[in-house]
Amino acid sequence: MIKLTYRDAVRRALADALRADENVIFFGEDVAEAGGVFKVTPGLYEEFGGERVMDTPISEEAFIGAALGAAITGMRPVAELMFADFVPVAMDQIANQIAKYRYMSGGQFIVPLTIRAAQGAGAGFGTQHSQCVESWLLNIPGIKIVVPGTVKDMYGLLRTAIDDNNPVIVLEHKVLYNYAEEIDEAELTHVPLGKAAVRRVGKDITVVATQLMMHRSLDAAERLAGEGIDCEVIDLRTMIPLDEETILESIAKTGRLVIVEEAPHAGGWGADIAALAADKGIYWLDAPVKRVNMGGALIAYSPPLEDEVVPNVSRIADAIRAVMRA
Amino acid sequence: MTQNGIALPAQMRQDMLKKMLEIRAAEERIQGLFLENLVRGTTHLCIGQEACSVGVAAVLQPGDTMTCTYRGHGHALAMGMTMKALMAEMMGKASGACKGKGGSMHMTDASIGLLGANAIVGAQLPIAVGAALTSRLKKTGNITVTFFGEGAANIGAFHESLNLAAIWKLPVLFICENNLYGEYSVWSKTTPVRDIAVRASSYGIPGIVVDGQDAECVYHEVSAMAERARRGEGPALIELKTYRFRGHSRTDQAPYRPKGELEEWLKRDPILILKERMIADGQLDETEFEELRESIDRQVVEVVEWAKTEPYPPVEALYEDIYYEG
Ligand SMILES: Cc1ncc(C[n+]2csc(CCOP(=O)(O)OP(=O)(O)O)c2C)c(N)n1
Ligand SMILES: [Mg+2]
Repeated sequence: MIKLTYRDAVRRALADALRADENVIFFGEDVAEAGGVFKVTPGLYEEFGGERVMDTPISEEAFIGAALGAAITGMRPVAELMFADFVPVAMDQIANQIAKYRYMSGGQFIVPLTIRAAQGAGAGFGTQHSQCVESWLLNIPGIKIVVPGTVKDMYGLLRTAIDDNNPVIVLEHKVLYNYAEEIDEAELTHVPLGKAAVRRVGKDITVVATQLMMHRSLDAAERLAGEGIDCEVIDLRTMIPLDEETILESIAKTGRLVIVEEAPHAGGWGADIAALAADKGIYWLDAPVKRVNMGGALIAYSPPLEDEVVPNVSRIADAIRAVMRA
Repeated sequence: MTQNGIALPAQMRQDMLKKMLEIRAAEERIQGLFLENLVRGTTHLCIGQEACSVGVAAVLQPGDTMTCTYRGHGHALAMGMTMKALMAEMMGKASGACKGKGGSMHMTDASIGLLGANAIVGAQLPIAVGAALTSRLKKTGNITVTFFGEGAANIGAFHESLNLAAIWKLPVLFICENNLYGEYSVWSKTTPVRDIAVRASSYGIPGIVVDGQDAECVYHEVSAMAERARRGEGPALIELKTYRFRGHSRTDQAPYRPKGELEEWLKRDPILILKERMIADGQLDETEFEELRESIDRQVVEVVEWAKTEPYPPVEALYEDIYYEG
């Protein structure tokens, strides 16, 4: 057994992918010689050299577009966007180019590229460096979206993303970088995209969450176990493709659903899960579906304000109690 | 303007003339199809600019790649797309270059290195940078060329791409077809420099101005920069001074042009320039030229009639090629 952090898992997945396939290359701002602003990638440049691990200028549109150009001509690039908040800077390349290149050419290309980005609040980075962005990306058929929440998933989903012949955006939660698990190294294997994980089995209520919210939901579930409420916590792991089956099976069992998102309410991915329940699970539901999220608020710098905006264990527990009472 | 007096071999001249006539004939038919509503949405003709795509394509070798713009019928044909693939795609037919999913603005044929025509101004530049990165990493000796208008020299992707390509010393040629107008705006109202080529100096790469009406001149100047790129000496910015004889798109009559401007440029019709030179050198006479023109026109009409009878894609195709399966 070894102790591995989520940060280590990213680095190991990249190193193993670079070792496994010479067409894999990795680039981004300050990722090579400096090892990345979150110190996720030290040593890769030293091991694989400057041809395969490259620093870029601060040109998100150009280097994300270059990843596409490299992908359609035989490479398997991994590009890092330092903060996920910078996704809009490269949004044309992501939404109009990368996602559509295969489709609008009538299937002439495969687009085996991966974009990694650090997202999420809780580290005091303020309004423009703390957002979770999966809902911005959800309306774009043609890409896949991955949101690892555990160490093994971070490794295994990133490996699968890099091996996938489609464009995959891997969103890493920056607060989880120091999160550690004791694991058997043999467990570090590819994790399939599109398969949710049931992190806690329960019979009374289904809680759907990802990343930091998944961990907080598990804490809330422990707290509520003492009150006789038995929560089932589902970690989606990937947003596209979405594992509808695991969610619906759970609702069929529990009849109640709470969705916890680290994002604003309007247009959030939780609305899709609620719509899924309404569409295909309505006859199993015994109570209204509740979404716990940031409402209409923005993330602020000041500690009590940042703590308030992101759903915490108490808020999640309150929502679960309310749905249990309904 | 750079001038280069060396005449190309008779066969090359013949090929270039023929290709320019094919492009001209195709686009004249395309305008007719648009008016008949068999070509839908919008279409952008390069009539008057044929020497640019034909002169550049003549420089390319097997394995070289190209990205270009929505004004891309000429580029596609110059690269070697078949008239059938082009015309069927124009009409959204299943046998089109992109199985009918791309249309006029997205002519793509990976098998001949045509990596895509793009409908987002400037977006094709980063993609070309990435394709050139593949060539450099795989040491193929190939180059990538990317076409854009002078209007695109004011979008961020242009500047980011030149900078990135320069820093990474990539074998990519940035080819600006300066046709004096971006949609309905004369470039002097949007661009504070007399030549786009001067912008190369900001990125420490060569910038040259070339007579874009003279296919031989385009060939010579681009050849020199292509050789340099193949030797690993990095990118160049090449500005081809040219003019579109038709409006920007659709049925635009170009009322924004000053009186007499078109007439002056018509005297510099790229087909006329090469034709007269060939006649002067005893390689062609008027009768042969007319026969060539008529036979090309006939062939294009035949292809158009064929494309009209081709089937549309089945509606199931809508859901194909969004993702690579497997
Ligand atoms: C990002 C973006 N902005 C605006 C447009 C609309 N548009 C299409 S063509 C065009 C003019 C481009 O001019 P130029 O780059 O000179 O190319 P030309 O059409 O003259 O070949 C504009 C503004 C677009 N397609 N993409
Ligand atoms: Mg123009």
